[in-house]
Amino acid sequence: MEHAIELSRIAKSFAKGELDNLKDLVGFESSRFRAVSDINLKVRKGAIHGLLGPNGCGKSTIIRIISTLLTPDEGNVFVCGVDAVAEPMKVKRMINRVSVDAPFHRKLSAYENLIYTARLYGLSKGDAQARMDYILDKVGFDQDVLSTSVEKFSRGMQQKIAITRAFMTNPRVLLLDEPTTGLDPQSKIKVQEFIRHFMEESDCTILITSHDTAEMDRLCDRIALMKSGRIIVEGTAGELKAGCGKDHSCVFELEDVGKASTVLSECEGVVEVERGDGSVTVHYRDEEYVLEKCMNKLLSSNVRIKHIDTRKPDLEDVFIALTGKSLHEDEK
Amino acid sequence: MSELGRIYGFFEKQVNLYRKFWVWEFTWIFYAIVTTLSIGLIGAGMNELTGGDVDTKEVTLYLLVGSIVWGYLAIVFWEISHTISLERWEGTLEYTFMAPVSRISHLLGTSIFALTYGIFRTSIVFVIAVLFFEISFGGMNMAGALLILAVSSMAFVGLGMIAAIFPLLSPEKGSQFNHIIEASIMMVSGIFYPITVLPGWMQVLSKFSPATYTIEGMRKAILEGYTIPQLMPYIKPLIILGVICIPAGILIFQQVEKHVKKVGNLKRNG
Repeated sequence: MEHAIELSRIAKSFAKGELDNLKDLVGFESSRFRAVSDINLKVRKGAIHGLLGPNGCGKSTIIRIISTLLTPDEGNVFVCGVDAVAEPMKVKRMINRVSVDAPFHRKLSAYENLIYTARLYGLSKGDAQARMDYILDKVGFDQDVLSTSVEKFSRGMQQKIAITRAFMTNPRVLLLDEPTTGLDPQSKIKVQEFIRHFMEESDCTILITSHDTAEMDRLCDRIALMKSGRIIVEGTAGELKAGCGKDHSCVFELEDVGKASTVLSECEGVVEVERGDGSVTVHYRDEEYVLEKCMNKLLSSNVRIKHIDTRKPDLEDVFIALTGKSLHEDEK
Repeated sequence: MSELGRIYGFFEKQVNLYRKFWVWEFTWIFYAIVTTLSIGLIGAGMNELTGGDVDTKEVTLYLLVGSIVWGYLAIVFWEISHTISLERWEGTLEYTFMAPVSRISHLLGTSIFALTYGIFRTSIVFVIAVLFFEISFGGMNMAGALLILAVSSMAFVGLGMIAAIFPLLSPEKGSQFNHIIEASIMMVSGIFYPITVLPGWMQVLSKFSPATYTIEGMRKAILEGYTIPQLMPYIKPLIILGVICIPAGILIFQQVEKHVKKVGNLKRNG
């Protein structure tokens, strides 16, 4: 099967300062840090593939390498079968990107910025206008402010223009580097819906980076978890969660905590029971009907249930299980 | 056809940017006018300054030619080299480099704007200087002067392309370095004085500056009415420098682009 993106043994390191860059230029030994190493990644055509990891783990470096903006020190990069290092122009014609910081010519209006992009990608003004209207409508952007300078927009509005700019060029491979950062929850959902919708109506492939686990879970067909410049595990969200060894849990709020604890600990499939103040937390394996059995037992033992709250393991749990750290530890 | 559209895209973007910054542009044009007139007035007051008896009209024209022509060449050089700095500040450089545009089209679009803007701004300064000093065009070879300007533009486009690598190489210091280059060219090229007054080693450097031939050739055409065949000693070196500088500019820029992609210097924060 031909893959839309194929990275093999990619490694990239950077000089630590500007002086080190100059040392590189004249061939002297410089002080360096390794941004990514031994990256192997295959993204199936038409899939949404996620790169999930904390800040500074090398996600954006991978995106830049695929975008032809960085040359890897080692390894190969192929986009739709084309070598991105040897034939960057062919790759550029197939890709576009949304980056987290959405750069624009800020004094120019949104329309002027979009038309500029359209010209660089060889789109006619008419085609660009039609694509623009369609995408802006889908992402919920008020077209009345299209002639306003981008500098006057909120971060969320700028991000919607950045998304329009990337999708407008009809790329075969889209690189989305934290595309919904800065968006309010409602806009975030709109953009996520649009990404899914765009995927359905085109044969585009998306590589998306994020540290938003819910977003990755919702959008991605497959996810690669990254830490310290390496991919530590890859699979579907379901596979990753099932393989992390973390139990499902359910918190029962009820009156007779002691009796409930005894009853629940006898249920088949229950791994652990924790007694709390007015509640009992049950940890159980992801097996069918465990919860139903627990409820039936409680009801048949005349324990009255006030409230139930269930929790499944998420990608954050997977990351913690694999690394012992939270995805957001750096931010904290 | 789409390559022409891409070239036009760079031109149109620059036009739109300058429209948005019109107050700044008005300020720069006003400043250029005042500077040129002030320099011309030094010539007009030469006899009072020195107590001598010189043809002040000729001295004024000598200085005005230097000031106006240098103003034009400096705009062309600065506009091309500055575009990269501007894109760095905006953070859009990565997007420009990611777009499917050949570097030749990119630099060509930028250069066409630089030339157009240079002609526009210099024309305003020129017309005002002509009116202010009541310059008559009798005895001048304007066609020859324009030919020299056209040929020298090519050399300065090439120099601008070469200078554009510095903001690529160093996000922090590249733009400042270009100011130093521009000032050095100005000093050795005899903009406001004959090259013969320069120290010997500077006179050697002046031979490598396209501005030297441009200014000298323009003075010969405007002040002495040299014909085009008589201007050939100035036109030929400019053609040679243009033929060298433009391909060299494109090649060097492409090599530096490869280097910055290797070291990861395209990013906004370098």
